[in-house]
Amino acid sequence: MPVAAKKKSRKKATAESMAASQREISVSEFFAKNRHLLGFDNPRKAMLTTVKEAVDNALDACEEAGILPALKIQLLQLDETRFKITVQDNGPGIVRKQIENIFGKLLYGSKFHRMKMSRGQQGIGISAAGMYGLMTTGKPVKIISKTGPRKPSHEVVLKIDTSKNKAEVVSDTEHPEDDKFFPENRGTIVAIELEGKYQKGRQSVDEYLEQTAIANPHAAITYITPANETIEFPRAMDQLPEEAKEIKPHPKGIELGTLIQMLERTEARQLGGFLQKDFCRVGQQKARQLAEGAGMTARTWVKNVGHAEAEKLYKSIQDTRITSPPTDCLVPIGSKALLAGLLKEVKAEFFAAATRPPAVYRGNPFQMEVAIAYGGELKVEESARILRFANRVPLLYQQSACSSFKAVVETGWKNYSLQQPRGALPVGPIVIMIHMASVWVPFTSESKEAIADYDEIRKEMRLALQECGRKLGIYLRRRQRMKKESERRSIFERYIGEIATACNAITGVDAKKLYAALQKQAAKKTAEADQMLDDEGKIIDDGGRLAKDSDVIILEDLQTKAAEESGDEDLFGGATLKRRRKKAKKKTARTTKKAKR
Amino acid sequence: MPPRKKAAPRKKSTARKTTKKTAKKTARKAGAVSKERDKATNRAIELLADGVARDGLKGREPNVEIPLRTVTNMKWNKRKRILEMGDSTQTRSLFNVGQARKFMQTLLLAKGSRELIRAEKTLSLRGMYYMSLHTIEGTKEKTFNDQGESDTVLEDLEVSLGGLREELHVFAKKRGTMVGNITIEDNGDEIDCRRMGTGGYAIPSICEPSVIQFKKCDAKFVLHVEKDTVWSRFNEDRFWETHNCILTEGSGQPPRGVRRLLHRLNKELGLPIYCLLDCDPWGHYIYSVIKQGSINLAFESERMAIPDAKFMGIRAMDYDRCDLSPDVRIALNERDITRARQIADYPWFKDKRPWQREIKKLLANGFKMEVESLITKDISYVTEEYVPARLKAKDFLD
Repeated sequence: MPVAAKKKSRKKATAESMAASQREISVSEFFAKNRHLLGFDNPRKAMLTTVKEAVDNALDACEEAGILPALKIQLLQLDETRFKITVQDNGPGIVRKQIENIFGKLLYGSKFHRMKMSRGQQGIGISAAGMYGLMTTGKPVKIISKTGPRKPSHEVVLKIDTSKNKAEVVSDTEHPEDDKFFPENRGTIVAIELEGKYQKGRQSVDEYLEQTAIANPHAAITYITPANETIEFPRAMDQLPEEAKEIKPHPKGIELGTLIQMLERTEARQLGGFLQKDFCRVGQQKARQLAEGAGMTARTWVKNVGHAEAEKLYKSIQDTRITSPPTDCLVPIGSKALLAGLLKEVKAEFFAAATRPPAVYRGNPFQMEVAIAYGGELKVEESARILRFANRVPLLYQQSACSSFKAVVETGWKNYSLQQPRGALPVGPIVIMIHMASVWVPFTSESKEAIADYDEIRKEMRLALQECGRKLGIYLRRRQRMKKESERRSIFERYIGEIATACNAITGVDAKKLYAALQKQAAKKTAEADQMLDDEGKIIDDGGRLAKDSDVIILEDLQTKAAEESGDEDLFGGATLKRRRKKAKKKTARTTKKAKR
Repeated sequence: MPPRKKAAPRKKSTARKTTKKTAKKTARKAGAVSKERDKATNRAIELLADGVARDGLKGREPNVEIPLRTVTNMKWNKRKRILEMGDSTQTRSLFNVGQARKFMQTLLLAKGSRELIRAEKTLSLRGMYYMSLHTIEGTKEKTFNDQGESDTVLEDLEVSLGGLREELHVFAKKRGTMVGNITIEDNGDEIDCRRMGTGGYAIPSICEPSVIQFKKCDAKFVLHVEKDTVWSRFNEDRFWETHNCILTEGSGQPPRGVRRLLHRLNKELGLPIYCLLDCDPWGHYIYSVIKQGSINLAFESERMAIPDAKFMGIRAMDYDRCDLSPDVRIALNERDITRARQIADYPWFKDKRPWQREIKKLLANGFKMEVESLITKDISYVTEEYVPARLKAKDFLD
C-alpha cells in the first residue's frame, strides 16, 4: 500500500523542531507576499494603485491644510515594463523626521485611529507602493518635501526593510531655501520606480484621474502620460470642501473585540466615564442605563470589567436605543460640485444630482450622493456607465461586487423612459455617478475596490438614484413631447402649399393669399399645442419645473445637436421658424447657466 | 364644413336619376349624357375646393365631411333588401396631425379628376395614382407612398362628392368575363357574346348605360360562377347554348363592373341570376355581396345589389348528395369558423332558416369544398348533371 509506505518514510516533527522555525512575521513581509490584498495583483493594477495612493494622500493633506490642491502626475516610461511615477502636490509638506515613518512603515499614519471622513483609511497605501517598487526594480523611493517658504527642502531616498517594518535612509540631501521644486514654496514630491504596464481605457490611470477630477472639482490636476502628452483637468470650483469633523465611535458601531480593547486602553477609571468620554451620543443617563443593563453601575471600576462583563455590556448596548451618531462629520461633495465636476468631464446634455440626508449603518454615519449625465455625445447603444466613489476616491475594480452596482440594477429605469434588460444595467447614453461619504466606508477588501452590501447603504443609494431618475424621466418625456410638437408643426406646413395649389387649380382662388392665411392658422394651432399639458397635467413651458431646479443642468446646445443628427432638416417652410426657436432657446440656456454660476 | 358639403350629395343624386332616364331614351348618343353628369361632378368638386379655400381665407379650420364606410355606419334596409349607408360622417381636418396628409391627398385627387373631366379622358386607378404623384416642394416626401393610399382616398372622395368612381373618370383594372345569348353595344361597337371563342368578353370596369347598351337578348337567365376555371369548363361545354343563358365570372369577389352588369341584366332585362360558388364562408360572402351589397360600397348598393339573386351551390349537403370522394374535403380552419358564424349572424341571413341550416351543416361537416371538387365525379359532371339538376328542381337558396 503506497500510503503506508509513505507514512514510513515520513520524518516526525517534534514540538522542538517546529519551534526552531517559528518566528515573528512582520507586517511588511506579510504584505510583500500577499500584495494582491493591497491592489498590486498585476503590473497594470500596480501602476494604478501607486498613483491612487499618492494622489489620495496628496489631496487629503491639501484639504486638511486648507489649501486648494494642484497636483502634477507624471508617468515616465524607462523601459518596456519599467516606469517612474512622480506625484507632486502643493500641500503642507512633511516634517523631515516623519518622512521615514510615513513612507517606510506599513500601518503608520494619522487616519486609522480616528473616526473622520478621509480618503485614506489604514495607512498602508503609499508605503506598500514604495515596497512594491523596491521589490520589482530594486530602486528606492525618493521623497522631496518642503514645509514653507523659509524652510529648506529635504530630498530623502528610502528603502524599506521588510523584515523590520522600518525604513532605511539611503541618502538625505538638504536643498537650500530657493530651490525650484515647488512654485508655491511648499509641497511634497514622491517618485517611485516600479515594474508596470501602461494601457489606456477602462481601469487605467487615465480613467482614475478623470474620475478623480469629477469628484474633486476643487482640484487642478496635470497629467503627463507615458507618451509625453500633457492632459489638464482644470479646477471647476474655487472653494474647498468643508473640513470634516472627527467623531468618536458610536456604541452600536463597534464589535466586542474592539470594546474590550477600548476598555483596556481608556483613560477613564469608572464605567460611566468611559462610556461618556469614549463614545458619541452617550450622556450620563444613557451611560447609567447601559451599565445597569449589563448588571453593573456607572461607578463600576473599569479595571474590574472582565471578559464576561464586557460581553454583557456589549449585549446591553445592542438592546438599548441610542440616538444615531451625529452626521455633521460628513462632507458630501454637494449637488453643485457634483454637477460642476460632471459638466467638466462628460459631454452630455442633461445633468441631475441628488444628495440624500445622512443615514447610519452599523453605527457609522454615511451619506449617499448620485448624479447622472444623459445624452449629448454619450453612446446610445451601450449600457450605462457607473462611476463609483467612496470619500471622493474613484473605485475602478470589482464593479459587480459593489453595493452601488446592485442598487443601479434594482432601480426600475424603465419608469424613467430608459431601456433596461431584466437584471442588468440600463441601456442608453447615460453616466451614473454614485458617491458614498462616510467616516468608515465598508470595503469588501483591503484594496478598497467595492463597497460592502449593507441594506441601509443600498437603500439610500436606490433612493438617490430614483430621485435623479425621476428628473431624467421628466426631461425625457418633455423632450419627446417637444419633438412631437415640432413634427406636428412641420406636418401642417408641409401640406399647406399643396392644398393652396390644388384649390387654385380647381376654383382659381389666389394661391399665395390662401397659403398665407393657412400658414397663419398653422402657427396659431401649434402655438396652442406648445401650451398643452404634459403627462402630469402641468403646462409645458420652455424649461418647466426643471429650469427652476438647481440640481439640474440642461445644455440646449448639445441637445439641438442631437436633434439635428436625427435628421429632419427638410421641412417645408418650417426652417426659418425652427431656427428662430433654437436661437431663443440658446439664449435662455445661457442666461440660466450664468445665473447658476 | 357645414351644410355646403352635405347639400352636395343630395343635389348629386337627383342629378343622377335624371341622367339615367335620359340615358334610356338617347342611349346611342353616349357623349351627351356623360357631359351632363360631368357638369354635376365638376360642380361638386368645385364646391369642395371652394369650401376649403373660403374657410382658409376666413381663418376657420378647413374640414371635409366624409361619410363613414364602416360596419357601424351600415343599415340593412329590410324593405329594399339591400345594405345602405347610414348618416354618420367623419370630419377630415387639415389641422389634425393624423389627418393632414389625407386631407392634402383628398384635394390632390379632386384636382386630378377635375382635370380628367375637363380633358374628357379616363384613367385607371393606377394612372390616377401616377397623375397625382409628386414630391412635395422643399421636402423628400412624396404625395402618395403607394397606389393603395390613393385608392382609399379616392373612395373617400367618391362618397364625399356623392359621385361614382366612373363619374370621376377613373376606372379599376378590369376583371370578369361573359359569354352567352346576348348582343351588346360597348362604346359604339356591337359585340355578339355568342361568338367570343374560348376567352369570352372581358367585362369592363365601367358598365354604365352610357358605355354599354343591351341589344338583342335571347337568354332566359344568368349563371354566375366564382372563378374563370369553372367558367371555362362551362364555356367549353357550350353550356350557355344548350341552356340558353348568359355565363359570367368575377374572379372571386366580383368587381364593380361585373356587379353593375349583373344588376342591369337583372333589372333591365329581368333575367334571374343564379350563383355557383364554393361551399365555404368566402363563397357565401360573395353571394351576400352580389345580393345585398358590400360594406365598403354601401352607398352604391342601390345600383349594384341584386336582392333576387339565388344561390345554387355548391351546398354543404352535396358531399353526401353527389357522393363525392373524401379527397375533396378541405378542413375548416379557425378563421373559416369565425367567419361562418359572423355570416350566419348578418341580419339578412339571420331570419332565413335554410341559410342557417346551410351554415350549420357546413360547420358540422368541418370541411369546405370548391366547385372544382365536382370534377372528381366526371369532367363535365358540373355542366351536364349538377347544374341542370338544380335548375330543373329549382333547388336554390335565397
